[in-house]
Amino acid sequence: MLLNKIIREKINSKLMLTFTILSCLLVVLIFFGLYYKSSPLFTNNSIKDLLFSSEWFPLKGKFGLLPFISSTIWVTLISVIIAIPFSLLTAIYLTEYADKRFVRMINPLIDILAGLPSVIFGIWGVIMIVPFIKNHIAPALGISSGGYCLLAGGIVLAVMILPVIIHVVSEVFRAIPQDLKNASLSLGATQWQTIKYVVIRKSMPGIIAAIVLGLSRAFGETLAVLMVVGNVVKMPHSVFDPAYPLPALIANNYGEMLSIPLYDSALMFSALILFVIVLIFNVISRIILVRIERSLGIG
Amino acid sequence: MYQNNHINVRNLNVHFDNNHVLKNINVEIPDKKITAIIGSSGCGKTTFLKCMNRLIDSVDGVKITGELLVDGENIFDPKTDVTLIRKKMGLLSQRPYPLPMSIYDNVAYGPRIHGEKSRKKLDHIVEYYLKEASLWEEVKDRLKTPAARLSIGQQQRLCLARGLAVEPEIILGDEPTSALDPQSSQNIEQKFLELKDKYTIIMVTHILRQAKRIADYLIFIHLGEIIEHGPAKEILENPKEKKTKEYISGIIS
Repeated sequence: MLLNKIIREKINSKLMLTFTILSCLLVVLIFFGLYYKSSPLFTNNSIKDLLFSSEWFPLKGKFGLLPFISSTIWVTLISVIIAIPFSLLTAIYLTEYADKRFVRMINPLIDILAGLPSVIFGIWGVIMIVPFIKNHIAPALGISSGGYCLLAGGIVLAVMILPVIIHVVSEVFRAIPQDLKNASLSLGATQWQTIKYVVIRKSMPGIIAAIVLGLSRAFGETLAVLMVVGNVVKMPHSVFDPAYPLPALIANNYGEMLSIPLYDSALMFSALILFVIVLIFNVISRIILVRIERSLGIG
Repeated sequence: MYQNNHINVRNLNVHFDNNHVLKNINVEIPDKKITAIIGSSGCGKTTFLKCMNRLIDSVDGVKITGELLVDGENIFDPKTDVTLIRKKMGLLSQRPYPLPMSIYDNVAYGPRIHGEKSRKKLDHIVEYYLKEASLWEEVKDRLKTPAARLSIGQQQRLCLARGLAVEPEIILGDEPTSALDPQSSQNIEQKFLELKDKYTIIMVTHILRQAKRIADYLIFIHLGEIIEHGPAKEILENPKEKKTKEYISGIIS
Protein backbone atom coordinates (compact mmCIF):
# COMPACT_ATOMS: atom_id res chain seq x y z
CA MET A 1 0.00 0.00 0.00
CA LEU A 2 2.62 2.49 1.11
CA LEU A 3 4.86 1.67 -1.82
CA ASN A 4 1.91 2.11 -4.09
CA LYS A 5 1.32 5.59 -2.64
CA ILE A 6 4.94 6.61 -3.06
CA ILE A 7 5.01 5.44 -6.64
CA ARG A 8 1.80 7.26 -7.41
CA GLU A 9 3.15 10.42 -5.83
CA LYS A 10 6.32 10.14 -7.92
CA ILE A 11 4.40 9.61 -11.13
CA ASN A 12 2.17 12.56 -10.39
CA SER A 13 5.02 14.95 -9.75
CA LYS A 14 6.89 13.73 -12.83
CA LEU A 15 3.76 14.20 -14.88
CA MET A 16 3.33 17.75 -13.65
CA LEU A 17 6.97 18.50 -14.40
CA THR A 18 6.52 17.16 -17.90
CA PHE A 19 3.52 19.37 -18.56
CA THR A 20 5.31 22.39 -17.15
CA ILE A 21 8.31 21.80 -19.38
CA LEU A 22 6.04 21.17 -22.37
CA SER A 23 4.25 24.48 -22.01
CA CYS A 24 7.53 26.34 -21.60
CA LEU A 25 8.92 24.49 -24.58
CA LEU A 26 5.90 25.54 -26.60
CA VAL A 27 7.04 29.18 -26.52
CA VAL A 28 10.45 28.19 -27.84
CA LEU A 29 8.89 25.88 -30.44
CA ILE A 30 6.58 28.61 -31.69
CA PHE A 31 9.53 30.97 -32.02
CA PHE A 32 11.61 28.55 -34.05
CA GLY A 33 8.58 27.38 -36.02
CA LEU A 34 7.88 30.93 -37.09
CA TYR A 35 11.53 31.51 -37.88
CA TYR A 36 11.73 28.34 -39.96
CA LYS A 37 8.57 29.17 -41.91
CA SER A 38 9.67 32.73 -42.60
CA SER A 39 13.24 31.87 -43.57
CA PRO A 40 12.55 31.53 -47.36
CA LEU A 41 11.86 35.25 -47.29
CA PHE A 42 15.41 36.04 -46.26
CA THR A 43 16.96 34.75 -49.52
CA ASN A 44 15.53 37.60 -51.61
CA ASN A 45 14.99 40.30 -48.97
CA SER A 46 17.44 41.55 -46.39
CA ILE A 47 16.17 41.79 -42.80
CA LYS A 48 16.85 45.51 -42.98
CA ASP A 49 14.56 45.92 -45.99
CA LEU A 50 11.86 43.81 -44.42
CA LEU A 51 11.85 45.85 -41.22
CA PHE A 52 12.60 49.36 -42.46
CA SER A 53 11.24 49.59 -45.98
CA SER A 54 7.68 50.60 -46.73
CA GLU A 55 7.65 49.07 -50.19
CA TRP A 56 4.91 46.48 -49.99
CA PHE A 57 4.58 44.93 -53.44
CA PRO A 58 4.07 41.20 -52.89
CA LEU A 59 3.68 40.49 -56.62
CA LYS A 60 7.12 41.93 -57.24
CA GLY A 61 8.46 40.04 -54.25
CA LYS A 62 8.91 43.19 -52.15
CA PHE A 63 7.76 42.82 -48.58
CA GLY A 64 8.58 46.02 -46.70
CA LEU A 65 6.76 45.65 -43.37
CA LEU A 66 7.42 49.08 -41.93
CA PRO A 67 3.85 50.42 -42.44
CA PHE A 68 2.47 47.44 -40.53
CA ILE A 69 5.04 47.63 -37.76
CA SER A 70 4.53 51.34 -37.23
CA SER A 71 0.74 50.91 -37.35
CA THR A 72 0.95 48.29 -34.63
CA ILE A 73 3.16 50.44 -32.44
CA TRP A 74 1.08 53.57 -32.95
CA VAL A 75 -2.29 51.98 -32.33
CA THR A 76 -0.95 50.36 -29.16
CA LEU A 77 0.66 53.54 -27.87
CA ILE A 78 -2.51 55.55 -28.51
CA SER A 79 -4.59 52.99 -26.65
CA VAL A 80 -2.26 52.96 -23.66
CA ILE A 81 -2.05 56.75 -23.54
CA ILE A 82 -5.84 56.88 -23.42
CA ALA A 83 -6.22 53.95 -21.02
CA ILE A 84 -3.65 54.97 -18.38
CA PRO A 85 -5.34 58.08 -16.98
CA PHE A 86 -8.79 56.48 -17.15
CA SER A 87 -7.78 53.30 -15.41
CA LEU A 88 -5.58 54.94 -12.77
CA LEU A 89 -8.28 57.39 -11.75
CA THR A 90 -10.91 54.64 -11.74
CA ALA A 91 -8.73 52.39 -9.60
CA ILE A 92 -7.95 55.24 -7.20
CA TYR A 93 -11.63 56.08 -6.88
CA LEU A 94 -12.68 52.47 -6.36
CA THR A 95 -10.05 51.69 -3.75
CA GLU A 96 -9.63 54.97 -1.87
CA TYR A 97 -12.84 56.93 -2.11
CA ALA A 98 -15.84 54.86 -3.17
CA ASP A 99 -18.38 53.38 -0.82
CA LYS A 100 -17.86 49.61 -0.38
CA ARG A 101 -21.37 48.82 -1.65
CA PHE A 102 -20.80 50.91 -4.77
CA VAL A 103 -17.57 49.00 -5.44
CA ARG A 104 -19.41 45.69 -5.11
CA MET A 105 -21.86 46.90 -7.75
CA ILE A 106 -19.23 48.26 -10.13
CA ASN A 107 -16.74 45.38 -10.05
CA PRO A 108 -18.98 42.85 -11.86
CA LEU A 109 -19.60 45.44 -14.58
CA ILE A 110 -15.87 45.81 -15.12
CA ASP A 111 -15.57 42.02 -15.22
CA ILE A 112 -18.23 41.87 -17.92
CA LEU A 113 -16.34 44.49 -19.90
CA ALA A 114 -13.24 42.32 -19.63
CA GLY A 115 -15.09 39.24 -20.79
CA LEU A 116 -16.91 40.63 -23.82
CA PRO A 117 -15.85 39.03 -27.13
CA SER A 118 -13.70 41.40 -29.13
CA VAL A 119 -16.08 41.41 -32.08
CA ILE A 120 -18.54 43.35 -29.91
CA PHE A 121 -15.95 46.03 -29.27
CA GLY A 122 -15.30 46.05 -33.02
CA ILE A 123 -18.97 46.61 -33.84
CA TRP A 124 -19.23 49.28 -31.17
CA GLY A 125 -16.23 50.97 -32.78
CA VAL A 126 -17.78 50.80 -36.24
CA ILE A 127 -21.16 52.19 -35.28
CA MET A 128 -20.09 54.69 -32.59
CA ILE A 129 -16.44 55.67 -32.71
CA VAL A 130 -15.81 55.73 -36.45
CA PRO A 131 -18.76 58.05 -37.26
CA PHE A 132 -17.96 60.20 -34.22
CA ILE A 133 -14.41 60.76 -35.45
CA LYS A 134 -15.57 61.33 -39.01
CA ASN A 135 -18.34 63.76 -38.18
CA HIS A 136 -17.15 65.52 -35.03
CA ILE A 137 -13.56 65.12 -33.93
CA ALA A 138 -11.81 65.41 -37.31
CA PRO A 139 -13.95 68.33 -38.59
CA ALA A 140 -13.45 70.15 -35.29
CA LEU A 141 -9.72 70.03 -35.97
CA GLY A 142 -10.17 70.96 -39.63
CA ILE A 143 -9.08 67.56 -40.89
CA SER A 144 -11.01 65.30 -43.22
CA SER A 145 -11.01 61.67 -42.20
CA GLY A 146 -13.12 58.71 -43.07
CA GLY A 147 -13.21 57.76 -39.44
CA TYR A 148 -11.50 54.43 -40.02
CA CYS A 149 -8.12 55.40 -38.59
CA LEU A 150 -5.42 54.95 -35.95
CA LEU A 151 -7.41 56.97 -33.42
CA ALA A 152 -10.48 54.75 -33.80
CA GLY A 153 -8.31 51.67 -33.30
CA GLY A 154 -6.64 53.28 -30.30
CA ILE A 155 -9.94 54.18 -28.63
CA VAL A 156 -11.47 50.74 -29.13
CA LEU A 157 -8.31 49.08 -27.92
CA ALA A 158 -8.14 51.41 -24.90
CA VAL A 159 -11.63 50.35 -23.80
CA MET A 160 -10.62 46.71 -24.19
CA ILE A 161 -7.52 46.95 -22.02
CA LEU A 162 -9.12 49.23 -19.40
CA PRO A 163 -10.58 46.42 -17.26
CA VAL A 164 -7.27 44.56 -17.11
CA ILE A 165 -5.36 47.61 -15.94
CA ILE A 166 -8.10 48.69 -13.51
CA HIS A 167 -8.15 45.25 -11.92
CA VAL A 168 -4.42 44.87 -11.47
CA VAL A 169 -3.89 48.45 -10.27
CA SER A 170 -6.79 48.15 -7.79
CA GLU A 171 -5.23 45.01 -6.34
CA VAL A 172 -1.90 46.81 -6.02
CA PHE A 173 -3.52 49.79 -4.28
CA ARG A 174 -5.41 47.51 -1.91
CA ALA A 175 -2.14 45.90 -0.86
CA ILE A 176 -0.80 49.21 0.51
CA PRO A 177 -1.01 48.97 4.30
CA GLN A 178 -3.44 51.39 5.95
CA ASP A 179 -0.70 52.21 8.46
CA LEU A 180 1.50 53.58 5.68
CA LYS A 181 -1.32 55.84 4.52
CA ASN A 182 -1.91 56.81 8.15
CA ALA A 183 1.74 57.81 8.43
CA SER A 184 1.17 60.38 5.69
CA LEU A 185 -2.28 61.43 6.91
CA SER A 186 -1.04 61.91 10.46
CA LEU A 187 1.39 64.55 9.21
CA GLY A 188 -1.56 66.60 8.03
CA ALA A 189 -1.50 65.46 4.41
CA THR A 190 -4.85 65.39 2.65
CA GLN A 191 -6.12 62.15 1.20
CA TRP A 192 -5.22 63.25 -2.31
CA GLN A 193 -1.69 64.24 -1.27
CA THR A 194 -1.33 60.86 0.40
CA ILE A 195 -2.45 59.09 -2.77
CA LYS A 196 -0.19 61.19 -4.98
CA TYR A 197 2.99 61.03 -2.93
CA VAL A 198 2.68 57.73 -1.10
CA VAL A 199 0.16 55.30 -2.59
CA ILE A 200 1.09 55.85 -6.25
CA ARG A 201 4.82 55.97 -5.53
CA LYS A 202 4.73 52.79 -3.55
CA SER A 203 2.59 51.12 -6.22
CA MET A 204 4.75 52.18 -9.15
CA PRO A 205 6.15 48.69 -9.90
CA GLY A 206 2.63 47.25 -9.84
CA ILE A 207 1.26 50.04 -12.01
CA ILE A 208 3.94 49.43 -14.59
CA ALA A 209 3.27 45.71 -14.52
CA ALA A 210 -0.41 46.44 -15.12
CA ILE A 211 0.38 48.71 -18.05
CA VAL A 212 2.67 46.10 -19.58
CA LEU A 213 -0.08 43.53 -19.22
CA GLY A 214 -2.40 45.91 -21.03
CA LEU A 215 0.27 46.57 -23.68
CA SER A 216 0.83 42.90 -24.35
CA ARG A 217 -2.87 42.39 -24.84
CA ALA A 218 -3.10 45.50 -27.05
CA PHE A 219 -0.25 44.42 -29.32
CA GLY A 220 -1.90 41.18 -30.20
CA GLU A 221 -5.55 42.23 -30.29
CA THR A 222 -6.69 41.56 -33.82
CA LEU A 223 -10.34 41.53 -34.64
CA ALA A 224 -11.70 44.67 -33.00
CA VAL A 225 -8.81 46.73 -34.31
CA LEU A 226 -8.96 45.48 -37.88
CA MET A 227 -12.66 46.37 -37.98
CA VAL A 228 -12.07 50.07 -37.32
CA VAL A 229 -8.53 50.87 -38.36
CA GLY A 230 -9.03 51.06 -42.13
CA ASN A 231 -6.49 48.47 -43.29
CA VAL A 232 -4.69 50.58 -45.86
CA VAL A 233 -1.05 49.79 -46.57
CA LYS A 234 0.49 53.21 -46.10
CA MET A 235 2.75 54.81 -43.55
CA PRO A 236 0.36 56.60 -41.17
CA HIS A 237 1.29 60.26 -40.67
CA SER A 238 -1.42 61.35 -38.25
CA VAL A 239 -3.85 59.68 -35.89
CA PHE A 240 -6.59 60.36 -38.45
CA ASP A 241 -4.82 58.30 -41.13
CA PRO A 242 -5.91 54.72 -41.75
CA ALA A 243 -3.44 52.07 -40.70
CA TYR A 244 -2.78 48.37 -41.03
CA PRO A 245 -1.40 46.65 -37.91
CA LEU A 246 0.47 43.33 -38.07
CA PRO A 247 -2.25 41.12 -36.55
CA ALA A 248 -4.77 42.52 -39.07
CA LEU A 249 -2.37 41.79 -41.91
CA ILE A 250 -2.06 38.18 -40.86
CA ALA A 251 -5.74 37.64 -40.16
CA ASN A 252 -6.94 39.31 -43.36
CA ASN A 253 -4.61 37.53 -45.72
CA TYR A 254 -3.68 34.16 -44.34
CA GLY A 255 -5.22 31.46 -46.48
CA GLU A 256 -6.27 33.83 -49.26
CA MET A 257 -3.10 35.24 -50.71
CA LEU A 258 -0.95 32.17 -50.38
CA SER A 259 -0.78 31.66 -54.16
CA ILE A 260 1.63 34.59 -54.29
CA PRO A 261 5.16 33.26 -53.80
CA LEU A 262 6.70 34.01 -50.41
CA TYR A 263 3.50 35.66 -49.15
CA ASP A 264 3.04 33.04 -46.45
CA SER A 265 6.65 33.50 -45.37
CA ALA A 266 6.02 37.22 -45.09
CA LEU A 267 2.99 36.59 -42.88
CA MET A 268 5.02 34.20 -40.73
CA PHE A 269 7.68 36.84 -40.44
CA SER A 270 5.03 39.39 -39.35
CA ALA A 271 3.98 37.00 -36.61
CA LEU A 272 7.61 36.61 -35.61
CA ILE A 273 8.00 40.39 -35.38
CA LEU A 274 4.90 40.61 -33.18
CA PHE A 275 6.32 37.88 -31.01
CA VAL A 276 9.63 39.70 -30.65
CA ILE A 277 7.99 43.09 -29.94
CA VAL A 278 5.99 41.61 -27.05
CA LEU A 279 9.11 39.83 -25.83
CA ILE A 280 11.19 43.02 -25.91
CA PHE A 281 8.47 44.94 -24.08
CA ASN A 282 8.35 42.34 -21.36
CA VAL A 283 12.10 42.38 -20.92
CA ILE A 284 12.30 46.18 -20.86
CA SER A 285 9.49 46.40 -18.32
CA ARG A 286 11.24 43.79 -16.14
CA ILE A 287 14.35 45.96 -16.17
CA ILE A 288 12.40 49.13 -15.37
CA LEU A 289 10.61 47.31 -12.58
CA VAL A 290 13.82 46.22 -10.93
CA ARG A 291 15.24 49.75 -11.23
CA ILE A 292 12.18 51.29 -9.58
CA GLU A 293 12.07 48.75 -6.81
CA ARG A 294 15.70 49.41 -6.09
CA SER A 295 15.31 53.19 -6.09
CA LEU A 296 12.36 52.98 -3.70
CA GLY A 297 14.16 50.44 -1.59
CA ILE A 298 11.28 48.00 -1.87
CA GLY A 299 12.97 45.15 -3.69
CA MET B 1 -7.27 70.60 38.15
CA TYR B 2 -6.06 70.90 34.56
CA GLN B 3 -7.95 73.92 33.31
CA ASN B 4 -6.22 74.75 30.05
CA ASN B 5 -5.37 71.34 28.80
CA HIS B 6 -4.69 70.62 25.16
CA ILE B 7 -6.84 67.57 25.22
CA ASN B 8 -10.17 67.17 26.94
CA VAL B 9 -12.42 64.19 26.34
CA ARG B 10 -16.11 64.36 27.14
CA ASN B 11 -18.59 61.48 26.88
CA LEU B 12 -16.72 59.89 24.00
CA ASN B 13 -18.39 56.77 22.61
CA VAL B 14 -17.14 54.75 19.67
CA HIS B 15 -19.08 52.01 17.89
CA PHE B 16 -17.79 49.73 15.14
CA ASP B 17 -20.98 48.51 13.51
CA ASN B 18 -22.60 46.78 16.51
CA ASN B 19 -19.52 46.75 18.71
CA HIS B 20 -19.39 49.30 21.48
CA VAL B 21 -15.64 49.79 21.59
CA LEU B 22 -15.22 52.85 23.77
CA LYS B 23 -17.78 53.56 26.44
CA ASN B 24 -18.36 57.01 27.81
CA ILE B 25 -14.79 58.18 28.04
CA ASN B 26 -14.24 61.27 30.18
CA VAL B 27 -10.69 62.36 30.84
CA GLU B 28 -8.40 65.35 30.76
CA ILE B 29 -4.87 64.84 29.60
CA PRO B 30 -2.19 66.92 31.30
CA ASP B 31 0.09 69.13 29.20
CA LYS B 32 3.83 68.60 28.81
CA LYS B 33 3.73 65.26 30.56
CA ILE B 34 3.91 61.67 29.43
CA THR B 35 0.51 60.03 29.67
CA ALA B 36 0.44 56.28 29.26
CA ILE B 37 -2.71 54.45 28.27
CA ILE B 38 -2.54 50.90 29.60
CA GLY B 39 -4.84 47.92 29.39
CA SER B 40 -5.05 44.47 27.91
CA SER B 41 -5.02 43.99 24.16
CA GLY B 42 -8.34 44.64 22.48
CA CYS B 43 -9.53 46.92 25.26
CA GLY B 44 -9.81 49.93 22.97
CA LYS B 45 -6.65 51.82 23.87
CA THR B 46 -5.41 52.07 20.28
CA THR B 47 -8.89 53.11 19.15
CA PHE B 48 -8.79 55.86 21.76
CA LEU B 49 -5.45 57.05 20.42
CA LYS B 50 -6.73 56.98 16.86
CA CYS B 51 -9.65 59.19 17.87
CA MET B 52 -7.25 61.93 18.87
CA ASN B 53 -5.96 62.59 15.36
CA ARG B 54 -9.08 61.21 13.68
CA LEU B 55 -7.26 58.40 11.89
CA ILE B 56 -10.33 56.55 13.10
CA ASP B 57 -12.13 58.16 10.15
CA SER B 58 -10.68 55.65 7.72
CA VAL B 59 -12.19 52.69 9.58
CA ASP B 60 -15.35 51.33 7.97
CA GLY B 61 -18.60 51.40 9.90
CA VAL B 62 -17.36 53.61 12.72
CA LYS B 63 -19.76 55.82 14.66
CA ILE B 64 -18.57 58.39 17.15
CA THR B 65 -20.52 60.45 19.66
CA GLY B 66 -19.31 62.87 22.32
CA GLU B 67 -16.57 65.45 22.22
CA LEU B 68 -12.82 65.41 22.03
CA LEU B 69 -11.54 68.93 22.58
CA VAL B 70 -8.11 69.92 21.38
CA ASP B 71 -7.28 73.48 22.41
CA GLY B 72 -10.95 73.98 23.16
CA GLU B 73 -12.09 72.91 19.71
CA ASN B 74 -14.15 69.76 19.21
CA ILE B 75 -12.26 67.78 16.60
CA PHE B 76 -15.35 65.79 15.63
CA ASP B 77 -17.15 68.98 14.65
CA PRO B 78 -17.90 68.67 10.89
CA LYS B 79 -16.43 72.15 10.37
CA THR B 80 -13.04 71.16 11.76
CA ASP B 81 -10.19 70.98 9.26
CA VAL B 82 -8.84 67.54 9.99
CA THR B 83 -5.42 68.26 8.46
CA LEU B 84 -4.87 71.08 10.96
CA ILE B 85 -5.77 68.76 13.84
CA ARG B 86 -3.32 66.18 12.59
CA LYS B 87 -0.60 68.77 12.08
CA LYS B 88 -0.77 69.42 15.81
CA MET B 89 0.08 65.79 16.55
CA GLY B 90 2.99 63.61 15.61
CA LEU B 91 2.31 59.89 15.46
CA LEU B 92 4.60 56.97 16.16
CA SER B 93 2.96 53.71 15.19
CA GLN B 94 3.68 50.15 16.36
CA ARG B 95 5.94 49.46 13.45
CA PRO B 96 7.77 52.27 11.73
CA TYR B 97 6.33 53.06 8.32
CA PRO B 98 8.87 55.10 6.37
CA LEU B 99 7.36 56.72 3.30
CA PRO B 100 8.63 55.27 -0.01
CA MET B 101 11.24 57.99 -0.54
CA SER B 102 14.65 59.08 0.69
CA ILE B 103 15.58 59.81 4.29
CA TYR B 104 15.70 63.51 3.48
CA ASP B 105 12.32 63.49 1.75
CA ASN B 106 10.73 61.63 4.64
CA VAL B 107 11.58 64.40 7.08
CA ALA B 108 10.84 67.14 4.55
CA TYR B 109 7.49 65.55 3.62
CA GLY B 110 5.39 67.29 6.27
CA PRO B 111 6.90 70.77 5.87
CA ARG B 112 6.61 70.48 2.09
CA ILE B 113 2.96 69.51 2.32
CA HIS B 114 2.33 72.53 4.49
CA GLY B 115 3.88 74.77 1.88
CA GLU B 116 7.60 75.05 2.66
CA LYS B 117 9.52 75.32 -0.62
CA SER B 118 12.86 76.92 0.24
CA ARG B 119 15.59 74.36 -0.17
CA LYS B 120 17.72 76.12 2.41
CA LYS B 121 15.00 76.06 5.05
CA LEU B 122 14.20 72.41 4.30
CA ASP B 123 17.89 71.50 4.64
CA HIS B 124 17.87 73.21 7.99
CA ILE B 125 14.64 71.51 9.12
CA VAL B 126 15.87 68.07 8.09
CA GLU B 127 19.15 68.47 9.95
CA TYR B 128 17.51 69.96 13.03
CA TYR B 129 14.90 67.25 13.49
CA LEU B 130 17.20 64.37 12.63
CA LYS B 131 19.41 65.68 15.43
CA GLU B 132 16.38 66.03 17.67
CA ALA B 133 15.64 62.34 17.07
CA SER B 134 19.33 61.40 17.56
CA LEU B 135 19.62 60.04 14.04
CA TRP B 136 21.69 62.74 12.32
CA GLU B 137 25.11 61.30 13.01
CA GLU B 138 24.13 57.92 11.59
CA VAL B 139 22.57 59.17 8.35
CA LYS B 140 24.10 62.55 7.51
CA ASP B 141 26.21 61.08 4.70
CA ARG B 142 23.38 59.20 3.03
CA LEU B 143 20.36 61.45 3.21
CA LYS B 144 19.47 60.58 -0.40
CA THR B 145 19.20 56.83 0.13
CA PRO B 146 15.77 55.21 0.49
CA ALA B 147 14.49 55.26 4.06
CA ALA B 148 13.57 51.59 3.79
CA ARG B 149 17.28 50.69 3.93
CA LEU B 150 17.61 51.86 7.54
CA SER B 151 17.40 49.39 10.40
CA ILE B 152 14.02 49.18 12.08
CA GLY B 153 15.23 51.09 15.14
CA GLN B 154 16.62 53.83 12.92
CA GLN B 155 13.36 53.86 10.97
CA GLN B 156 11.39 54.49 14.14
CA ARG B 157 13.65 57.44 15.02
CA LEU B 158 13.22 58.68 11.44
CA CYS B 159 9.46 58.52 11.94
CA LEU B 160 9.90 60.54 15.11
CA ALA B 161 11.94 63.16 13.24
CA ARG B 162 9.33 63.19 10.49
CA GLY B 163 6.56 63.72 13.00
CA LEU B 164 8.43 66.46 14.86
CA ALA B 165 9.19 68.31 11.62
CA VAL B 166 5.57 69.49 11.29
CA GLU B 167 6.02 71.21 14.69
CA PRO B 168 3.27 69.42 16.58
CA GLU B 169 2.32 70.19 20.16
CA ILE B 170 1.37 66.63 20.95
CA ILE B 171 3.13 63.32 20.29
CA LEU B 172 1.02 60.19 20.02
CA GLY B 173 2.70 56.82 20.41
CA ASP B 174 0.91 53.57 19.63
CA GLU B 175 3.11 51.00 21.38
CA PRO B 176 6.01 52.72 19.63
CA THR B 177 8.64 50.32 20.95
CA SER B 178 6.83 47.02 20.47
CA ALA B 179 8.67 46.11 17.25
CA LEU B 180 12.08 47.33 18.39
CA ASP B 181 15.06 45.66 19.99
CA PRO B 182 15.84 46.58 23.62
CA GLN B 183 18.51 49.13 22.70
CA SER B 184 16.26 50.92 20.20
CA SER B 185 13.37 50.82 22.66
CA GLN B 186 15.55 52.47 25.24
CA ASN B 187 16.51 55.14 22.70
CA ILE B 188 12.86 55.98 22.10
CA GLU B 189 12.02 56.03 25.81
CA GLN B 190 15.00 58.29 26.47
CA LYS B 191 13.86 60.54 23.63
CA PHE B 192 10.36 60.80 25.11
CA LEU B 193 11.78 61.82 28.50
CA GLU B 194 13.80 64.57 26.80
CA LEU B 195 10.89 65.72 24.67
CA LYS B 196 8.27 66.02 27.38
CA ASP B 197 9.46 69.51 28.32
CA LYS B 198 8.28 70.71 24.93
CA TYR B 199 5.49 68.33 23.99
CA THR B 200 2.48 66.64 25.47
CA ILE B 201 3.10 62.94 24.99
CA ILE B 202 0.39 60.30 24.95
CA MET B 203 1.41 56.70 24.44
CA VAL B 204 -0.37 53.42 24.38
CA THR B 205 1.69 50.65 25.90
CA HIS B 206 1.12 47.09 26.93
CA ILE B 207 4.39 46.98 28.82
CA LEU B 208 3.66 47.89 32.40
CA ARG B 209 7.34 48.33 33.22
CA GLN B 210 7.61 50.88 30.43
CA ALA B 211 4.73 52.85 31.92
CA LYS B 212 6.45 52.67 35.30
CA ARG B 213 9.72 53.92 33.84
CA ILE B 214 8.50 56.93 31.93
CA ALA B 215 4.83 57.81 32.52
CA ASP B 216 3.72 60.76 34.65
CA TYR B 217 0.05 60.07 34.22
CA LEU B 218 -1.81 56.82 33.69
CA ILE B 219 -5.10 55.92 32.07
CA PHE B 220 -6.22 52.33 32.61
CA ILE B 221 -8.80 51.08 30.14
CA HIS B 222 -10.59 47.76 30.49
CA LEU B 223 -13.16 46.49 27.97
CA GLY B 224 -13.71 49.94 26.54
CA GLU B 225 -14.13 51.79 29.81
CA ILE B 226 -11.74 53.94 31.78
CA ILE B 227 -11.43 52.15 35.10
CA GLU B 228 -9.01 54.56 36.67
CA HIS B 229 -6.83 57.50 35.76
CA GLY B 230 -4.46 59.74 37.68
CA PRO B 231 -0.82 60.44 38.38
CA ALA B 232 1.22 57.35 37.55
CA LYS B 233 2.83 57.05 40.93
CA GLU B 234 -0.47 57.05 42.81
CA ILE B 235 -2.07 54.47 40.57
CA LEU B 236 0.89 52.14 40.54
CA GLU B 237 1.50 52.30 44.26
CA ASN B 238 -2.03 52.60 45.46
CA PRO B 239 -4.66 51.56 42.91
CA LYS B 240 -8.19 52.27 44.07
CA GLU B 241 -10.08 49.88 41.83
CA LYS B 242 -9.96 46.11 42.07
CA LYS B 243 -9.52 45.73 38.28
CA THR B 244 -6.53 48.06 38.30
CA LYS B 245 -4.97 46.11 41.14
CA GLU B 246 -5.47 42.88 39.22
CA TYR B 247 -3.94 44.34 36.07
CA ILE B 248 -0.93 45.75 37.84
CA SER B 249 -0.27 42.54 39.68
CA GLY B 250 -0.62 40.61 36.46
CA ILE B 251 -3.80 38.68 37.14
CA ILE B 252 -5.46 40.12 34.04
CA SER B 253 -3.26 40.94 31.14
